[in-house]
Amino acid sequence: MLSPVTDADGAPFWEYAARGELRVQACADCGELRFPPRPCCPHCQSFASEWRRVGGQGRIWSYVVPHPPLLPEYAEQAPYNVVVVELADAPRIRLVGNLVTGPDAPLDSLSPDRIRIGAKVQAVFSGGGLLQWVLERP
Amino acid sequence: MAGLKDATAIVGIGQTPFAKRLDEDERTLACRAVLAALDDAGIAPDEVDALASYTMEETDEVELAKAVGFGDLTFFSKVGYGGGGSCATVAHLAGAIATGQASVGVAWRSRKRGSGPRPWRNTNVQLPTPAQWTRPYGLLRPVDEIAMLARRYMHEFGATRDHLFNVALACRNRANQNPDALMYDRPLTREMYMTSRWISEPLCLFDNCLETDGALACVVVSRERARDCRHAPVYVHSAAQGLPAQHHGMVNYWNDDPLTGPAWTAARQLWKHADFTPQDVDVAQIYDAFTALIPLSLEGYGFCGRGEGGAFTEGGALEIGGRLPLNTSGGGLSEAYVHGFNLINEGVKQLRGTGTAQVPGAATCLVTAGEGVPTSALLLRS
Repeated sequence: MLSPVTDADGAPFWEYAARGELRVQACADCGELRFPPRPCCPHCQSFASEWRRVGGQGRIWSYVVPHPPLLPEYAEQAPYNVVVVELADAPRIRLVGNLVTGPDAPLDSLSPDRIRIGAKVQAVFSGGGLLQWVLERP
Repeated sequence: MAGLKDATAIVGIGQTPFAKRLDEDERTLACRAVLAALDDAGIAPDEVDALASYTMEETDEVELAKAVGFGDLTFFSKVGYGGGGSCATVAHLAGAIATGQASVGVAWRSRKRGSGPRPWRNTNVQLPTPAQWTRPYGLLRPVDEIAMLARRYMHEFGATRDHLFNVALACRNRANQNPDALMYDRPLTREMYMTSRWISEPLCLFDNCLETDGALACVVVSRERARDCRHAPVYVHSAAQGLPAQHHGMVNYWNDDPLTGPAWTAARQLWKHADFTPQDVDVAQIYDAFTALIPLSLEGYGFCGRGEGGAFTEGGALEIGGRLPLNTSGGGLSEAYVHGFNLINEGVKQLRGTGTAQVPGAATCLVTAGEGVPTSALLLRS
């Protein structure tokens, strides 16, 4: 499987994720949240940032179900799902992840016909620090 | 850009054969396409003084210039973002020529993707920003990235797989009229489409372009010079690029409204300097790496309202004789996928009246580059 290769802007996200915390970059001056992380606030041009803890609730904004040809380890689990989730706290912040039956479950652990746009989901983290999502009402 | 209107013209087009596998390398194919375009224009290679291509083009300007025998170059430009760069190559040459920086410009694209490797398989370049936010979850290929937008689009506006099929069918029907097309003798039916294998649900096999070996080129000169060339000039009436505020490349899920993509930005600029409107466009060559890009582009370029792109495809609208004949060579879906350059050359053929699926009396043509990535577009007129 591919692991995130972090850069200076993204590294804190993954450090918090490894501890099971979902945090989003925010401007330390005007307070606007931004994702993906970047050096400077597009609203007030401040370079001061902080990582704000957000609740792990969200809704499915969209999803896809990839089929091969895929990279080998992904092909083994296909068809699986990839979702984009809008955070309940901050609907403009959308995160890519997988909808699974529980932490560390395989990418294809939930049948694609259980997925619908608008469904409420909850963030969980795999042991490897990857963001995963479970249905709020499984 | 107001000073660009009809100031330059495309006077030569050239291409190699298109195939799943060609023996020659990309550089050789580039040379062949460029020489064919210059011959079509009746211009000698040593008159060329301007070049433009894509940043993803691997044939270097220096090597091309040496091999083909160009003169001293005074302008060269490369445009980023893959298939979003196609029309911008012509736009850059038009700008350079209209402002006196050069006099004869060549744009080209050479690509061996039918037989060559898929970039998404190169995992070494998969993961830096923004891929760290997507690739580990298995959002690996361009089709996965666009399918995410397609699913949301279908959900939000009620577009259906039949709408996407209408796009695939229009392109295939035109390819069936084009002996150069990969899908020349291979008709498509609704049954074939609906039962084909998934690539990334909701997109199936026939929603995807054809990876192809091949190269194309075109020649741009001033309006005055164009009068001396072999064919009637095809004027660059308006040209535009578009990179919307807070855009995020092909995984554009993070701005306020991901379904109004770069096409909307390019379109505003394109129409601002045009003497005609979307209602006056006789034929359109709209970038079709995936069928789902077409309804998004139809909305962005103003052929219909927001959310109406799916319904626009109904009733044969995209066929010859319909409201907006689309991708009349077969496009990326059924002629060849050479990063959209075949759409430019087909636009020229339509305005010369030499298309294999000719729209009678076509005098205006919209050509677009990839929607979903920073993009570009051209309005051409005869």
